[in-house]
Amino acid sequence: MAEAGLRLERAAPRPLAGEANAQAPVRPVVGEKIRIERGGRLLLSVEEIVVGRPGITAIMGPNGAGKTLLLRCLAGLKVPDSGLVSWAGLPPDRARALRLGFVFQKPVLLRRSALANLVYALKAAGLSGGEARRRAQAALEAARLADLARSPARLLSGGEQQRLALARALSLDPDILFLDEPTASLDPSSTAAIEAMVGKAAARGTACILISHDIGQARRLADEVIFMAEGHIAERAPASRFFDAPASPEARAYLGGEILVRDGSWNSEEGKR
Amino acid sequence: MQDFAEAFGEAFRLVASLDGNLAEIVVLSLQVSLAAVVAAAIVGLPLGAALAVARFPGRGAVIVVLNALMGLPPVVVGLSVYLILSRAGPLGVLDLLYTPTAMIIAQTVLVTPIIAALARQTVADLKVEYEDQLRVFGIGPWGAVTTLLWDARFSLATAMLAGFGRAIAEVGAVIIVGGNINHVTRVMTTTIALETSKGNLALALGLGIILVTIAIAVNVAVASMRGTAVRSAYG
Amino acid sequence: MRAFHRIGRIIGGALLLVALAGGASAQDYIVVQSTTSTQNSGLLEHLLPTFQARTGTQVRVVAVGTGQAIKNAQNCDGDVLLVHAKPAEERFVAEGYGVKRFDLMYNDFVIVGPKADAAGVSGMKDAPAALKRIAEANAAFASRGDDSGTHKKELSLWQGSGVDLAAASGSWYRETGSGMGATLNTAAAMNAYTMTDRATWIAHQNKGELDVLVEGDERLFNQYGVILVSAETCPSVKSDLGQAFIDWLLSAEGQAAIAAYKVDGQQLFFPNAEPR
Repeated sequence: MAEAGLRLERAAPRPLAGEANAQAPVRPVVGEKIRIERGGRLLLSVEEIVVGRPGITAIMGPNGAGKTLLLRCLAGLKVPDSGLVSWAGLPPDRARALRLGFVFQKPVLLRRSALANLVYALKAAGLSGGEARRRAQAALEAARLADLARSPARLLSGGEQQRLALARALSLDPDILFLDEPTASLDPSSTAAIEAMVGKAAARGTACILISHDIGQARRLADEVIFMAEGHIAERAPASRFFDAPASPEARAYLGGEILVRDGSWNSEEGKR
Repeated sequence: MQDFAEAFGEAFRLVASLDGNLAEIVVLSLQVSLAAVVAAAIVGLPLGAALAVARFPGRGAVIVVLNALMGLPPVVVGLSVYLILSRAGPLGVLDLLYTPTAMIIAQTVLVTPIIAALARQTVADLKVEYEDQLRVFGIGPWGAVTTLLWDARFSLATAMLAGFGRAIAEVGAVIIVGGNINHVTRVMTTTIALETSKGNLALALGLGIILVTIAIAVNVAVASMRGTAVRSAYG
Repeated sequence: MRAFHRIGRIIGGALLLVALAGGASAQDYIVVQSTTSTQNSGLLEHLLPTFQARTGTQVRVVAVGTGQAIKNAQNCDGDVLLVHAKPAEERFVAEGYGVKRFDLMYNDFVIVGPKADAAGVSGMKDAPAALKRIAEANAAFASRGDDSGTHKKELSLWQGSGVDLAAASGSWYRETGSGMGATLNTAAAMNAYTMTDRATWIAHQNKGELDVLVEGDERLFNQYGVILVSAETCPSVKSDLGQAFIDWLLSAEGQAAIAAYKVDGQQLFFPNAEPR
């Protein structure tokens, strides 16, 4: 155990030896006048958002508030109907995509071994085979998954799968890491393991943007909170102030346990569309 | 029926006697059809995956045509390949007509749309799951094609089996471009056609039973290989 | 990437397979375009090993209908043409596709039909008259309908009978569009009359309720000819090897080998090459 921790310290700070533009900066990630409509309904409308400062930012808000859509826009996975997203002042591009990590609510693991999942990502970042394998091994040990290196990734338990997905994202040492409800379907001990990994990453200087419905989790982890409701940002505040004295009525209602209903109707999951 | 009982008798007799001619025909059938499936896979798998990944104008039409080509009549393929490989045709100088290579070419044409169309469907399904993650990894279209093909490999085995089934069972194409020449281009299906035309119905049916048995054996072999591999490397 | 090595290995394997399959024989060979009757009767399988042993030349036989055989030879896809439709063969030579036509052998056509013989043609010696009686009885008749030598012969006999086939097609006159063997299978299944060359008939294993009803008419004579495809029209033709095969077929030894082929004790083909 102690040895695993040691290796983490050694493995983590090493920069990736990829192509030149894979080293190019992506922070800050900025969204301006982002709008997404579907069927005449406004799903997302954000005047301006800037993220990328080291630390953990929690995005909170009821279902249908537009949290996932916003995260996907910022990560370059979705192009908004109007508005601009930029990474360090330039439009999102494939070459820099690896500087941003993304952990999905349901982990997407390749149909390969746990180790091969990491090696794949590291090779995509331009590492040679040997170097990729070495770093993959180190990342698995840091995530306490070394014993499962050879196991098919998709046969792991739910908690192990999400830890593997997170370890894979972190092995690339991203500048900014987006997490979309990574612990939504995990048990307490898996949740704790994920939270510990995110905390360590933030401590190393990765900007973590985390969607969470778990108020306790947000309190434990977040340095600041972005609260969304009905497609727009209702409030952005340091975590301590947000939880003690939320400024917006929506946030007060949410934290007070009131059910915030949108347009008078229950809204389903924020769609990927 | 009398003929069926007789056919099983013939099949058993042929296998039990280790008939040299039969072995030669079976080996050539497998050689030709397996080579055609491998060649069709080399073309069809990347083609299918590319159609699943790429977005371009007219893509829908290409997919419709590809799906329709799965039903290409073997005789039409055989005739077309004959006209191309014939001495009077554009590739006549290659002297390939009435050779196993010509049969492989014809079956490749026949099987490629099947493998490509099934691969496209398989890869498109997997792409729905992988798309965002690959984008996060900054993977380009070519990288996506290879990744999706590799990760769908066990499902793609089914596409290749479908292609093999089509190849090993067809007679219309190989009889035209191969000529059913004894000891050169005679395969299981052309032998069955010949014995039928000689009125040796029991023998023809017996050969058919052997053909079906071989097809089942190939499927079982692939299924068991796949089962082992899936258990150990998949999920 | 490892995947590329795998792909490379697969491609290599495929090429190896193709090479194995394609390069099976480096031996000298000729391609003979012939008819189903010579193959289905078993004659060629009887003749070829002797010639191959003598000369070391492999003879690859493509057995199709006479019409298709001639078409294939016109496309230069054969060295020798061995068929039985004399007018078409003479045209083939006249148009410059063939060097010279030789009579090789003959057998005869017979009209077979159900033993019950509803049309009552059994024992007739006049083939067109027998066909006329079949037509009048509206008895089922299976025709090759495939432009083969046999089909051409059958049509010429119908012409002599004065029956209007166009009106009958699809009713009692059934065109199978298939080879002789397949047509015999169809006739046996439908209990229909049909015309076949005697060699295929004797060798055929699925006679059902059919029997020979009409034979012996001079007009049922079935002459086989053999032609070397012209190297002037088709430069790819292996003239020397092809001519050697023809010479052997026409030689005393070849002719004796044809005469010696018997099925169930019956001689199927009668050699009649002009002595040279």
